[in-house]
Amino acid sequence: MRRVVLQPGADADGFRAAVRQLVADHMPPEGVLWDTDDSPGLFGTPAGGEAPPLALPRTVAELASVAVCHSAPERYALLYDLIWRVTQGERDLLEVASDPLVHRLERMRKSVHRDLHKMHAFLRFRRVEGEEGEHFVAWFEPEHHILRATADFFVTRFRGMAWSILTPRGSLHWDGLRLTEGPAANRADAPCDDDFEAGWLGYYESTFNPARVNPTAMRAEMPKKYWRNMPEAAAIPALIHEAPARMRVMIAQQGAAPRRRDPKLAVAAMARQAPDSLAALNRLIQEAPPFVSGGTRAVLGEGPEDAAIAFVGEQPGDQEDLEGRCFIGPAGQMLDRALAEAGIERARAYLTNAVKHFKFTQRGKRRLHQSPTAGEVKHYRWWLMKELEIIRPRVVVALGATAALALTGQAVSVGRERGQRLLGPWPGVLTNHPAALLRMPDETARQQGWNHFVADLRLAAALSERASG
Amino acid sequence: MDDTLLKKLRILADAAKYDASCASSGGTRREAAEGAIGSATGAGICHSYTPDGRCVSLLKILLTNYCLFDCAYCVNRRSSNVARARFSVEEVVRLTLGFYKRNYIEGLFLSSGIIRSPDYTMEQMMLVARMLRQQHGFTGYIHLKAIPEASPWLIEQAGLWADRLSVNLELPSAESLGRLAPEKDETTIQTAMGQMHERIVEAKEERRRFSPAGQSTQVIVGADDTTDAAVLAASDRLYRRYAMKRVYYSAFSPIPEASTTLPVRPPPLQRENRLYQADWLLRYYGFAVEEIAEGGQDGMLDLEVDPKLAWALKHRHRFPVDVNSAEREMLLRVPGLGTRVVERILSARRHTRLRMEDLARLTSGLKRARPFLIAADHHPARLTDRQDLRQRLAAPRAKQMQLF
Repeated sequence: MRRVVLQPGADADGFRAAVRQLVADHMPPEGVLWDTDDSPGLFGTPAGGEAPPLALPRTVAELASVAVCHSAPERYALLYDLIWRVTQGERDLLEVASDPLVHRLERMRKSVHRDLHKMHAFLRFRRVEGEEGEHFVAWFEPEHHILRATADFFVTRFRGMAWSILTPRGSLHWDGLRLTEGPAANRADAPCDDDFEAGWLGYYESTFNPARVNPTAMRAEMPKKYWRNMPEAAAIPALIHEAPARMRVMIAQQGAAPRRRDPKLAVAAMARQAPDSLAALNRLIQEAPPFVSGGTRAVLGEGPEDAAIAFVGEQPGDQEDLEGRCFIGPAGQMLDRALAEAGIERARAYLTNAVKHFKFTQRGKRRLHQSPTAGEVKHYRWWLMKELEIIRPRVVVALGATAALALTGQAVSVGRERGQRLLGPWPGVLTNHPAALLRMPDETARQQGWNHFVADLRLAAALSERASG
Repeated sequence: MDDTLLKKLRILADAAKYDASCASSGGTRREAAEGAIGSATGAGICHSYTPDGRCVSLLKILLTNYCLFDCAYCVNRRSSNVARARFSVEEVVRLTLGFYKRNYIEGLFLSSGIIRSPDYTMEQMMLVARMLRQQHGFTGYIHLKAIPEASPWLIEQAGLWADRLSVNLELPSAESLGRLAPEKDETTIQTAMGQMHERIVEAKEERRRFSPAGQSTQVIVGADDTTDAAVLAASDRLYRRYAMKRVYYSAFSPIPEASTTLPVRPPPLQRENRLYQADWLLRYYGFAVEEIAEGGQDGMLDLEVDPKLAWALKHRHRFPVDVNSAEREMLLRVPGLGTRVVERILSARRHTRLRMEDLARLTSGLKRARPFLIAADHHPARLTDRQDLRQRLAAPRAKQMQLF
């Protein structure tokens, strides 16, 4: 008979070391006596070097790491039973959930998980003002040895707070940077009140619906044993007691005539909420956060509100972002030259972008342009639609695929669908973005591209003339 | 907490409690940054339960219960005489952080009555979310109730801050909506749902954050005369068209200051429960709406037995099913066997032949399943011989479902 003595609580390390040794020694479960003695130092496992790690299916290792937290003294024996069988040929034992041993361990796992979950849910912090600012202290009584297992949850959730969790089995302390473990505590060590508790109680009482009273369902999820550490539980008896009468009153009450006058004007005015001027719309755009990463400010459209032609580009670039005006960078200058050649006066056209912010990534000192994704373009397109609704141009020119996507809501290929076409509700012309000309590799291609671009702009000018005539 | 704030909190929590579409689940896992608070585990946590058996997970409040709309079923409609209040943006932020730090809640659920205009209201709600995220680095859960009548760009912005956006359908037919909620419009609601759905899908594909926990909605049951089959058909459409995470059913509950146009009686809780069960059959058990409706009568579900049992009782020729050989689809149709139990059966039977005592360890619903099952040591008497099967299996009173 081999006697293994483990530390009180969830001694996962001790258990693992013992299991390695026992399996290495071919010791069957019948020959092992597991003991969680309270006086440490009685390590029964014979020394003789560390046994090598044991290869176990992941699911078994996971089950063991949870089940060691269970408060039942037989947890180690049951787990070793399982591990022994797994190492002796029943590798897939955990898949047989109907096996009595597996069933029992699964129930233990469930019980530990539930305890963890309830601790995450039902623990309540109370605030105390200390010398180093506020500190939050909780008293909780877990059923199993889960204090250490629960630390990660509370650290990742309340990282920016200083807190302590006190339990009858031990305590945890977090100062915002470091976690330390401390000794067992008493309820009296925790504060007995908090300035938010009245608010919490008031909230709890108000969110309860007396017409649906069902204490059984409540107790199934929140058993009474937890109530004494939950401040809101004090309200439960009265809420249940008064519920039937409260419902009777609601049912008996005749529908009362409304005291207040019907606010006809306000209701009618409510529908007129959309911005009715470009200035109002631009204010909304400027106040909104960017939908793309980078953008420091919204670059608005510019041009007269009665413009006959509207040009829609992709997004502001580096220079546009710096100066807050659209089409002033290299591509904008290219557009200016093409407009002049096509006989369109820039000052009489409306120019804007599909995306209102400069999307970029910082590379050293340079801010590299990033194309907006389809989803990002769609975040912005409502504004563009509203903008054009107010301008009501006779012709809209989509400069590139992004503009076309914003106008139509669908992916459009400039290569295949270039030229005159409907862009959403507007008659228009689809052409490339002037920046595309800058990127062309050789002089011949650039010259061809330029000619094509200018021809498209002339087409737009002609269309707008025709529409006005 | 000062008395004025507490008073407002009572009014605005009371005004928000009829919204059951308030879960904190489905979020992406995340942790608080250094110096900040807030995490999400994906599943959502119920931090308390009220004596109605409902879960308290988020601080569920309205920004204000002043409202220009006059929806007959709503306690906050403009013609109701309830006490009114309004929070400032800062007050909601302070309450959320104060509650969160004490581990009362998972985060915030914010809805509102419509004041001034839908745009104005939606903007105020968004400011709350924005302030929590930007100024306080709060990474807990935020669920915003979107206002479908607001301008579309506001929904685009709300999705940046919220974990979940939702719009409530409230009434399952355009006719009821027109009659009971004169300011609402089915097309407007569906347009908003469509916009949110499109953006959620795009953002997922592009690995950006936009309402990452998806959208959900609520349908009120018992305020109009829509049948269960019609309610389920509406849900089915919502699941398919907008990939709703959940459709919540809310039994119309008597409210203080009730409208004279609506029935005033205790809420049909059993009906609500059966609808949830049917909803589960739709989503996880491979049932079609028509099949579920067959289990009941005239488009209404059987209140005495659950919809799966009701279907089985009307299709006795499809049973018994052999647990050691039947396919998953058929095992899922056995009353008393849930999806998890079926998975366990499938996995265990690769290694062993299942007997009744094995099944007893796999499911707690064996009593109901027994007449429909064949196991290694069990073959039920012919079902058609049992005229009293229904009475034997009908539970005396079903327990109410949990909402979360």
